[in-house]
Amino acid sequence: MKVGLFIPCYVDQFYPKVGIATLQLLEKLGCQVSYPPKQTCCGQPMANSGYEHLTHDCNRLFMNNFSEYDYIVSPSGSCVLHIKEHLHAPENETQNEGKATHIRKRIYELTEFLTDILKVENLEARFPFRVGLHQSCHGQRGLHLSQMSELVATPFSKPEQLLNMVKDVELVKLSRKDECCGFGGTFCVAEEAVSSRMGIDRIDDHVKNGTQVLTGGDMSCLMHLEGVIRRRKLPIKVMHIAEILTATE
Amino acid sequence: MTINHATAAEKFNKDFDRTTWHDETLWWVRQKRDRAAFSIPEWEKLRDTASQIKHNVLSNLDTYLVEFEKNAQKNGITVHWAADAHEHNEIILSILKKQGVTQIVKSKSMLTEECHLNPYLAENGVEVVDTDLGERIVQLADEPPSHIVLPCIHWKKEEIGVLFHKHLGTPEGCADPTLLTHAARENLREKFLTRRVAITGVNFAVAETGEFVVCTNEGNADMGAHLADVHIACMGIEKIIPQRAHLGVFLRLLARSATGQPITTYSSHFAKPRAGQEMHLVLVDNGRTTQLGREEFRNSLKCIRCGACMNTCPVYRRSGGHSYHNAVAGPIGSILAPNLDMTKNADLPFASTLCGSCSNVCPVKINIHEQLYEWRQVLTKSGHSPTAKTLGMKAMAAVLSNPSVYRLSGKMGRLALANVPFVVNNSLNPWYKQREMPEPPKESFGEWYKKNRG
Repeated sequence: MKVGLFIPCYVDQFYPKVGIATLQLLEKLGCQVSYPPKQTCCGQPMANSGYEHLTHDCNRLFMNNFSEYDYIVSPSGSCVLHIKEHLHAPENETQNEGKATHIRKRIYELTEFLTDILKVENLEARFPFRVGLHQSCHGQRGLHLSQMSELVATPFSKPEQLLNMVKDVELVKLSRKDECCGFGGTFCVAEEAVSSRMGIDRIDDHVKNGTQVLTGGDMSCLMHLEGVIRRRKLPIKVMHIAEILTATE
Repeated sequence: MTINHATAAEKFNKDFDRTTWHDETLWWVRQKRDRAAFSIPEWEKLRDTASQIKHNVLSNLDTYLVEFEKNAQKNGITVHWAADAHEHNEIILSILKKQGVTQIVKSKSMLTEECHLNPYLAENGVEVVDTDLGERIVQLADEPPSHIVLPCIHWKKEEIGVLFHKHLGTPEGCADPTLLTHAARENLREKFLTRRVAITGVNFAVAETGEFVVCTNEGNADMGAHLADVHIACMGIEKIIPQRAHLGVFLRLLARSATGQPITTYSSHFAKPRAGQEMHLVLVDNGRTTQLGREEFRNSLKCIRCGACMNTCPVYRRSGGHSYHNAVAGPIGSILAPNLDMTKNADLPFASTLCGSCSNVCPVKINIHEQLYEWRQVLTKSGHSPTAKTLGMKAMAAVLSNPSVYRLSGKMGRLALANVPFVVNNSLNPWYKQREMPEPPKESFGEWYKKNRG
C-alpha cells in the first residue's frame, strides 16, 4: 500500500515533530510512506477567506504531488476536509478531474485512516497522563471522526478509540465536549476578540476538569489553544494525537 | 455607517464576566434543546421530514401561495401582497388610516422588525406597543431585539428592574421576575383593552385551508387579536405549508428547537374573522424571491425562526445579537442578510468559524455553515472585499503555489520568529494580543525528511 504523506504548510513550518510522529506511526504499522517534497498547502486559507478562485494553482500542485498514491494521509482534519470538499481540476484542465476525484476519495485524516483502513486494534504505546481531547470541528462535524453532540444518534469516537489503546492514558471528561475552540483560519485574527475568548473558554474547561496534556487531530486548533495556554502560563502541555499514539513514556 | 461585526464583538467582549454570563445563559438553552430532542427517538427523521416538506414548498411556492390566497379569501380574510418592506409598511398604514387609528398593539413578528415597521409607523403618527414581554422590554429601552425568540436575552433582571422603575413605576431596586412581569402585564392590559387594531406575525400558513397559525408562550397574540376590531397578520411568503397535517411535524420541532419545550403554550389557528371583525393578511416578498433564485442559498428560506442556531453558535454567544446589525442575528441571519444588502452585510458571513454546529441543530436541516462559506465566495467575487485583503490573499496564493518560493519564505518566516520576535510579537499583530506565537523549530519537516529519509 503506497501512502503519500501530506504535511500541511503550518505543520511543516512550525510543528515538524508532528510530521515525524505521523510518519513513524504509519511506518510502524507497515505502510510504505513517502513525502512528496514539492508539496505546500491545501488552499484552505484562501478559500475560507472567500478566495477559492485563487486556489487553482494550489490545486494543480496538489494533484501533481499526490495523484499516484493509493492513499493520502494527513495529520490534519481541516486540511483533509478542504481537499475532500473542494479539490477540483481548474476549469480549462478538465482532463485532470479524474486525478482530483481519485485524491478526494483516497485522502484520509490520520485517525480515520488508522481505524477504518488499517483497522488498528492495538498500539504499542504508553502515556501515563490525564489527556484532554479537543474535537476539532472540521474533523468531527466535517469528516465525522466522532459523533456530534447536536445529533440524536449513537456515540462513537475514532480518536478516543485509538487513545484507549494507549497504555495508562486517562481521558478527561469535559463540560462541553465538542465546542469550537475559535481558531477558524483567518477568523483568529479578523475576529480576534471572539476567537481569543473562545480559546480561553475551551482551555478553562480543560483546567477545571484536570487535563495535563491537551491533544487533538488538528494542529491549527492546538496552535491557537497553545498560544492561550502559554500566554496565561498554565501547566498544560499540548501534543498532537500522533505524538501520543507513538509515545513510550 | 454600520459598525461591523468584529468591532461590535470586540466591544461586547470588553466586559469579560458579562460575556461569560451571556454565553452560559444561551448554552443553558442549547442544553434544554438537547434534552428535548433526545427525548424523541425519531428526532432526526422529523428533521428530515420537515426539510423535505419545505423543499416541496419552495419548489411549488407559486401554486401554494395562490391556493392559500383563494382559501383565505373564501374564509373572509383580506389578503394583501407586498413586494418589499416599504409596500408592507404602506399597506399597514393605509389600513390604520382607514380605521382612523393611531394606537395599536403588536405581538412578536420578526418580519415587521425586518421591515422596520415600528419606526415607519412612529414617523406617521402611530404608536405601536409591543406586547411580547421581551419585546416590550427592548422597546422601552429603545433597542432592537437581540435574538429572534428571546428578544431581551442580553438584559439582566436587575437592569430590567431599573428600566421598569423608570417607565412603569415599579419600586426602586425591585428585580423579582414575577413582580416585574405582573407590572408589565397590568400596564399592557390597558393597551389590550383600548387598542382597536392588533398586528401579529405568522408561524405557519396552511395552503389547503387558508388558515394561519401563530405560536406564542405568553398568549399575547391571542389577547391582541381577540380584543381588537381589526387583526392584521404579516408573513413572509416562505411561511406556507401545504397541509394542516404538516403541523404535526413542525409544531413538534419548533418549540423543542427553540427553548426545549415540547410545544409552545399557545399554537393558535386563525381561520376566519369573528362576526364584526376584519382580518387582514399581508404576504411579503422583500427579497425572498431573489433568494429563491439563488440556487446555493435557496434552502435558507426553509427557516422556521426557532433560533436554535443562535443558541448553539459559539460566536453568537460571545458577541451578542446586536453585533450582527440585522433584524435576524446569528448564523441564519448571516446567510439571509447579504441577500437583502450585500454591501451593508458583507461582514456577516465572516463572523463564523464554520464549525457547523448550526447546521446540526437546524430543525429543517439548512446547511447554514456551507452557505456561509458560499456567501464568502460570492461577496469576494462581487467586489465586497477590502483591497488590502485581496492583495494579501494574492500574495499568499503565489507563495503557496510555488514550492521553492514557499520553502524560502518558510525559512525566512521562521528566522524572523526566532531572531527578531518583536517583529511579530507586537500589538499590531492581532494574534499576539491574547496569545503567544508558536515557537519556531530549527528546521521544517521537509528539511528533516530530506536529511533522514532522502
